[in-house]
Amino acid sequence: MSVDSACPAAGGPIPPGRLELADHTFHIGHLQVLDENGALIAKDAGGAPDLNPDQLIRLYRGMVLARAVDDRLLKLQRQGRIGTFAPATGQEAVSCAPVVAMRPEDWFVGSFRELGGRLLRGEPIDRSFLYYNGHEEGNTFDGGERTLPVAVIIACQMLHAVGIAYAMKLKGEDAAVVCFFGDGATSEGDFHEAMNFAAVWQAPVVFVCANNHWAISLPREKQTRSRTLAQKAIAYEMPGLQVDGNDALAVYQAVHEALARARAGGGPTFIEAVTYRLRMHTTADDPKRYRTEEEVKAWERRDPIPRLRKYLAARGVWNDEMQVNLDEEIRKEIEEAVKKFEEAEDFKPDAPFDHVFGIPHPRLEEQRADFLANLSREQGHE
Amino acid sequence: MSKLNMVQAINLALHEEMARDQNVVCLGQDIGVDGGVFRVTEGLLAKFGAERVLDTPLAESGILGSAIGMAIAGLRPVAEMQFSGFAYLMLGQLEGNAARYRARSQGRFTCPLVVRMPYGGGVRALEHHSESHEATFAHVPGVKVVMPSAPGNARALLAAAIRDPDPVVFMEPKRSYRAFREEVSDEPEVMEIGRAQVLREGSDLTVISWGAMMRPALQAVGEIEEQRGASLELIDLLTISPMDGETIAASVRKTGRCVIVQEAPFSLGPASEIIATINDKALLHLEAPVKRITGYDLTVPYFSREDMYLPSPGRVRRAIEETLDF
Ligand SMILES: Cc1ncc(C[n+]2csc(CCOP(=O)(O)OP(=O)(O)O)c2C)c(N)n1
Ligand SMILES: [Mg+2]
Repeated sequence: MSVDSACPAAGGPIPPGRLELADHTFHIGHLQVLDENGALIAKDAGGAPDLNPDQLIRLYRGMVLARAVDDRLLKLQRQGRIGTFAPATGQEAVSCAPVVAMRPEDWFVGSFRELGGRLLRGEPIDRSFLYYNGHEEGNTFDGGERTLPVAVIIACQMLHAVGIAYAMKLKGEDAAVVCFFGDGATSEGDFHEAMNFAAVWQAPVVFVCANNHWAISLPREKQTRSRTLAQKAIAYEMPGLQVDGNDALAVYQAVHEALARARAGGGPTFIEAVTYRLRMHTTADDPKRYRTEEEVKAWERRDPIPRLRKYLAARGVWNDEMQVNLDEEIRKEIEEAVKKFEEAEDFKPDAPFDHVFGIPHPRLEEQRADFLANLSREQGHE
Repeated sequence: MSKLNMVQAINLALHEEMARDQNVVCLGQDIGVDGGVFRVTEGLLAKFGAERVLDTPLAESGILGSAIGMAIAGLRPVAEMQFSGFAYLMLGQLEGNAARYRARSQGRFTCPLVVRMPYGGGVRALEHHSESHEATFAHVPGVKVVMPSAPGNARALLAAAIRDPDPVVFMEPKRSYRAFREEVSDEPEVMEIGRAQVLREGSDLTVISWGAMMRPALQAVGEIEEQRGASLELIDLLTISPMDGETIAASVRKTGRCVIVQEAPFSLGPASEIIATINDKALLHLEAPVKRITGYDLTVPYFSREDMYLPSPGRVRRAIEETLDF
């Protein structure tokens, strides 16, 4: 198996009168390790990535957990126990596989559709429930020191990732950054600024673009005329690679190599992970308005989870009994998380005043006092 | 006459204006096929086609910047920001260019464009979906900021905004989108931008509000009039900038007491400007300090915590009573 991320030289100066668009000379590599049935693709000479059974099972478990938590969040949302959230069913490989390639000292800079990866990085399930219930306390947990919170503003986090990566370089830390975003993000100015800064600074950052074919109702083809998203990297003199984003091993391998490159001082990499959002954009969205059932059905057949399971079974590290046990284990884990979430401590009503500034200021403290006075009056009346 | 909610009323105004003037175009994220995430632009694509109803790539600065060019070249763009929380990404184009082309070119190039955006809390959303940052836009000279409060004025003010020769930020209170209905005329209606509306006349105290806060203000006014027999005047500001100082001053000169209800954070919002206006034009008529009920200087908390931020009818009621009793 090889990662074909070469950027052949540009075609030289454009001759006068030759502005035809057809004159592309670039090539974008596409990496796939497993076929849709989980079998190793023969033409990839390198075979499977170098992952031991424990790592493979960790990855698989992370993806199964992500799917189960997604199901549960959807139920909690329908019951009004949490707010709007963005399901990630179908995209588990994109968020989980990079985490297996990462070291604890690397930074995870995500957007809002990578809960699977966050859980695999160590975020407790109940903390994520808390966050979706409106409690930012959910964003604090042991081990989360290098995992940034959800970023809602599309593409904004990409620049933060570049800054962190630069800081790692400046401080001489042997650490890199993995930054997640969607296909829609590639239209924002922040995307292009981040790509450019990263390349100019040769920052140790790996951009993982989850091309799930939709940005709410806007299909990928209307987001950009570019035939691939990966080719955008070429303009910034950065390796750009497409991977099968529903092939966890391909995602792993690409991120693994890009991280090694980043740590070795080779600079940034752009990985376009081609995947699909099987559910609604968020719980407030109705995808029937803009896409067909047939399209969704076609992508259900490329589900990343059974694909990896078949591979594990073929390698002899997974069987039906293990699956039954895992499902039961995860069911219990989620039940416990729901319980913990429901029994969560009574948060201070004025907690939102606590983290506005590092140094308290009387102007805000007056408002806190006013808020608390009103609260006790209203509770007294009712 | 038909009874419409605010989504339907704004949608009606968009249909009417696009039919009236073929230079009117709409652009934004998910406004075409999806009809907008709140369905405000529903049906426009089918009626007017993809050349005039543009589902744009995901870029706010791109949307406003290109709308500026369209406006300069004679179109009447109506741009949508999916949520006001994402409008900051186009602020550079708004402040740096839309607001300035007229002066910069001495009137040769102008930007008759509208930027619509849902704003405010009350729908228990996630981060960046609940702010009321009208002050941010209102502080840009050369930009008008309009904030309707009900289906009828939303429809008539949007028509006015589209016909206005200058850039207008049109902030739609999302919590009022489907909260109530109003009789709306079958004929197109246009209201004047820059004028506040005296919704109820009274002699004891003036309540001033705008946008989504008009509902709790109206409720408190009704309750206090009923309970105490006080005579309250209620003003709907409608335009934040340029502000109708005369209507505010005339009312306060008459009543001598004033309470302002604002959803935006406490500091440096429109309420501060209203108080300054009263200071300039009606100070010696005051019989009590002007009170403001506002949000706090906080990022609006999300979902289950949101209520702690929003001005409650109880807070408004107490402020009015305290000001009456002063
Ligand atoms: C700057 C900004 N504009 C608009 C939005 C509203 N919004 C949320 S998600 C989304 C689509 C994002 O598409 P993509 O980047 O492909 O990510 P996906 O949702 O598919 O994971 C939009 C428009 C936002 N969050 N931020
Ligand atoms: Mg997408």
